Amino acid sequence: MEAFDYLAPHSLLEAYAALGNGRRSLMLAGGTDVIVQLREDRRHCDQLIDLKHIPEMMSMKLTPEGRLEIGAAKPLAEIYEDGEIARRFPALIDSATIIGGTAIQSRASFGGNLCNASPAADSAPALMALAARLVIGSSRGTREMPVEEFFLGPGRNALQPDELLLQVIVPAQPAHSGAFYHRFIPRNEMDIAVASAGARITLDAAGERIESVRVALGAVAATPLMVAGANTAVVGKPPTAETFALAGQAAAELATPITDMRGSIAQRKHLASVLTVRALEGALLRLRENH
Amino acid sequence: MTTTERSPYKVIGTRPIRPDGVEKVTGKAQYGADVRLPGMIHGRLLRSPHAHAYIRRIDTSAAEKMPGVLAVLTHHDFPAARDEMQELGEGAVNLKELSDNILASDKVLYRGHAVAAVAALSPHQAEEALKKIVVEYEVLPPVLDVMDAMRPDAPLLSETRFTREMTGQKSEKPSNIASHLQFKSGDVEAAFAEADAIVERDYTTKMVHQGYIEPHNATASWNADGTITIWTSTQGPFVVRAQVAEVLRHPISTIRVIPMEIGGGFGGKIPIYLDPVAALLSKKSGRPVKVLMSRTDVFEASGPTSGTHIALKVGVKDGVITAVKADLAYEAGAYAGSPVGAGALMMLSPYNIENFQIDGYDVVVNKPKTSAYRAPGAPAAAFAIESALDELAHKIGADPLELRKKNTAREGTRRVDGTAFPRIGHEECVDAALNSAHYRSPIEGPNRGRGVASGYWINAGMQSSVVAAVNTDGTVNLIEGSTDIGGTRASLAMQLAETLGLPFDVIRPTVADTDSVGYNDVTGGSRTTFASGMAVHEAGLDIQRQMRERAAKGWGVAADAVSYADGRVTLKTDSETKELSFAEIAKKAASTGGPIVGRGSLTARGAGAAYATHIVDVEVDPDTGKVTILRYTAVQDVGTAIHPSYVEGQIQGGVVQGIGWALNEEYYYDDDGRMANSSYLDYRMPTALDVPMIDAVLVEVPNPGHPYGVRGVGEVPIVPPLAAIANAIADATGHRFTSLPMSPRRVVEELHGLS
Ligand SMILES: Cc1cc2nc3c(=O)[nH]c(=O)nc-3n(C[C@H](O)[C@H](O)[C@H](O)COP(=O)(O)OP(=O)(O)OC[C@H]3O[C@@H](n4cnc5c(N)ncnc54)[C@H](O)[C@@H]3O)c2cc1C
Repeated sequence: MEAFDYLAPHSLLEAYAALGNGRRSLMLAGGTDVIVQLREDRRHCDQLIDLKHIPEMMSMKLTPEGRLEIGAAKPLAEIYEDGEIARRFPALIDSATIIGGTAIQSRASFGGNLCNASPAADSAPALMALAARLVIGSSRGTREMPVEEFFLGPGRNALQPDELLLQVIVPAQPAHSGAFYHRFIPRNEMDIAVASAGARITLDAAGERIESVRVALGAVAATPLMVAGANTAVVGKPPTAETFALAGQAAAELATPITDMRGSIAQRKHLASVLTVRALEGALLRLRENH
Repeated sequence: MTTTERSPYKVIGTRPIRPDGVEKVTGKAQYGADVRLPGMIHGRLLRSPHAHAYIRRIDTSAAEKMPGVLAVLTHHDFPAARDEMQELGEGAVNLKELSDNILASDKVLYRGHAVAAVAALSPHQAEEALKKIVVEYEVLPPVLDVMDAMRPDAPLLSETRFTREMTGQKSEKPSNIASHLQFKSGDVEAAFAEADAIVERDYTTKMVHQGYIEPHNATASWNADGTITIWTSTQGPFVVRAQVAEVLRHPISTIRVIPMEIGGGFGGKIPIYLDPVAALLSKKSGRPVKVLMSRTDVFEASGPTSGTHIALKVGVKDGVITAVKADLAYEAGAYAGSPVGAGALMMLSPYNIENFQIDGYDVVVNKPKTSAYRAPGAPAAAFAIESALDELAHKIGADPLELRKKNTAREGTRRVDGTAFPRIGHEECVDAALNSAHYRSPIEGPNRGRGVASGYWINAGMQSSVVAAVNTDGTVNLIEGSTDIGGTRASLAMQLAETLGLPFDVIRPTVADTDSVGYNDVTGGSRTTFASGMAVHEAGLDIQRQMRERAAKGWGVAADAVSYADGRVTLKTDSETKELSFAEIAKKAASTGGPIVGRGSLTARGAGAAYATHIVDVEVDPDTGKVTILRYTAVQDVGTAIHPSYVEGQIQGGVVQGIGWALNEEYYYDDDGRMANSSYLDYRMPTALDVPMIDAVLVEVPNPGHPYGVRGVGEVPIVPPLAAIANAIADATGHRFTSLPMSPRRVVEELHGLS
């Protein structure tokens, strides 16, 4: 590990100034990715900029309309320990509670999980299913984008060198909807997704027909993947096993996985379908339990 | 659970708190990485990025100029090694190869092979300096799989290696097959011709690692007077000393090895990797040097166990196993010395089989040199034979345990090498399994299945030496030289307490360094409670004798007129009974002849073999291929359980390692010979959440070769799980898996016909 400087700005302005000083920067949120990568010589920097002293980065707010705004560096444990948030966004909690163990969750953030841009990042498919948006800032101003547009490839995200991820925004969820996220791992703990799926299902008021689904996959392509075809395949149909199988098929068809030590192409394509079906079943169960 | 009659013992069979327990649970115990010395600096090794290459040139000049660097080392700093074998207890080693494995000379034979070392003021400075060392490699094609390596056109790891036969004959052409051995009896072909049912299959297992928590470490101080002190965590400080003495050509008496607490070994902490490097870096820098491996180093460059390929054919007639033909090919890693001999010797030991031919091949490949791993060689062999027996039982409509019972080895049965067994307990294990609540319960529900398997391990004896010093207050210090991995401080102190008729807590055991006690072989081969226990018993008898002599002298009678029992010396005549307690004699030691010291020093013979029979229930998720272990019962003949809790712990630990081996663990290589999963994230050992409570059933068939009937218990529990789980999965799914690991990937691909 090479020597680097540690900076702890107390405001966004200070942080932007540090980002513009011409040196190679990396951000430090929880540090559960970046410190490991620095130690293993997988990343290099001249300065590590700690975001945890910037109030905006550590904030969390639930608006009266039911919209959730999370500072990018907010530790996962502080999110899932909030009972109201856990009740309203169980799919978010599905992901927050499986990223590492308690020690990791006390530090790790959604912002870090997203910016690290691993195809297997557990928060990504969950946030995509919930139609979350990201607020990005720089000294030039702020911009917003849907979370599914943020990932460019393994370890690569849409941030410009002078930009920071400021907030994750989860909109108020539609009526008659439920959402669910899960992953497949060979063990019951201490593993990274071989494949994963998040799903949100919205039914008509009668609860008989599917109005829409949002299905997102992890670890089956170079980036987390939105399965638009799943919605096309099931919209207007009753929420049955046969219908869900169509969504599963769309997921498997879209997946372009690789073979590596965590799984094979054939296994991951198969899992894309299995996990999609099971995520939709989980989402439907939550929807029914709430009504 | 223990199935035994009323114990004749007072201390043996109880469950006292281990003497090292408080230190360990409070975090005070000192492990290898905890060593801190005044002026100490840090060593790191440069490792080969290639699996197979010639080293053409090493230039360390830029590294030497890096900030904080005090010493740089290459193979040129080692004395020329002798090309001869040295016995290590669990296996032997060629000294030239040992030296080359520590720092490569002309060729690197696996990725991670060490080529140079740096010592610097901080570990980070040492790491940065390593990047400045220039090594010119001429890269060669690697050979990574045992079957590929055996092909005549395979790339050769060494031009001077020839296949050695048991007769001593050598092959004409060089080969990656280092040796071939054979056990043969009867007429195999005739027996197959008459068989009612035959199973013929190829079984494969992948290279797996012991997975101890604590990485290898060594801290060395090359002192001004030429003596060397080494602090390290090891299974055998005397074996470290012997190897360092050979590699550095230094007199044995001038090397002092201080064993630190050990965070797991399972056979992997018998060879040396870092000790001579730390010593020479210390010599060059004039400072004590600490060298640590990273987890990746441990995976890539310590001693895992072999990947294997076993071609097996088994025949039965009238429920009797009549014929076995087996070809076992084991990966040795970079240098010869896989445990194929043990696999071939032990494969059939639970059974009485008339006709067999077993051929074993020890094969070098471009992977780390294998080391011992818990019952080395036996689990893969048992995976093959115990899977085949399960299929045969189905074919002939027999209960799989009844088939094993009918064919069981007993006292007098001959092992494949012709040795007749003394009293052994395989049949008792099968009976206990048949009668267990687990086996008698139904297995219900979809996708669930049950499997059974047996296993055998030979167990070792070897050399042990202890000293027991009696104190004036009647307490005793027990000085032993076997490092304590599995609770042996407790099991040895308990045997001394039993011998002396004293309570357990009067004995204080200490694991001493190599300057402070006689030679002890490694803690390995399940030998310590057995063999060091015999030495402890001998030391106890020695103290008894001295106490009798002193009491008799005081009473003015001959020593053989008095007896020792229950911690007292007694003189019984027709007219009177005189008694002196242990403490009373101890108190008067100064005036009766000086300190009372008992000594036990021996080569232990009569190690009793260990048998086990396991039952496992699994559930397979047919959509994901994930296997869940629902219930596990491990029956084992443990001889006499000195400390039943630690015996159960050994059994549970062995089973968990077996579960990992069966389900997920493997060295996963890319085509260039790089292990792609060299971290605990991706090398998937089971966690506490992946295994149920493992029910250990202790069957006690005392070993006639030990004063308290002890048999080694630590290794055999890893032998049956691989096959037991495969048999359970076959029962649950109807699919027979003959390749390990039976990971979700393999299972789901097989069940759905993917790939
Ligand atoms: C033991 C262990 C287990 C783990 N298990 C899981 C798991 O199960 N699932 C999973 O998905 N991950 C897992 N991880 C990975 C990691 O914990 C998560 O990705 C975590 O969410 C990262 O968040 P962080 O706050 O620690 O990020 P950091 O490490 O602080 O940052 C990660 C990256 O994002 C950049 N960054 C962070 N915040 C910002 C920002 N606001 N703006 C711009 N760039 C930013 C940093 O420069 C860095 O490159 C595990 C890690 C460990 C060590």
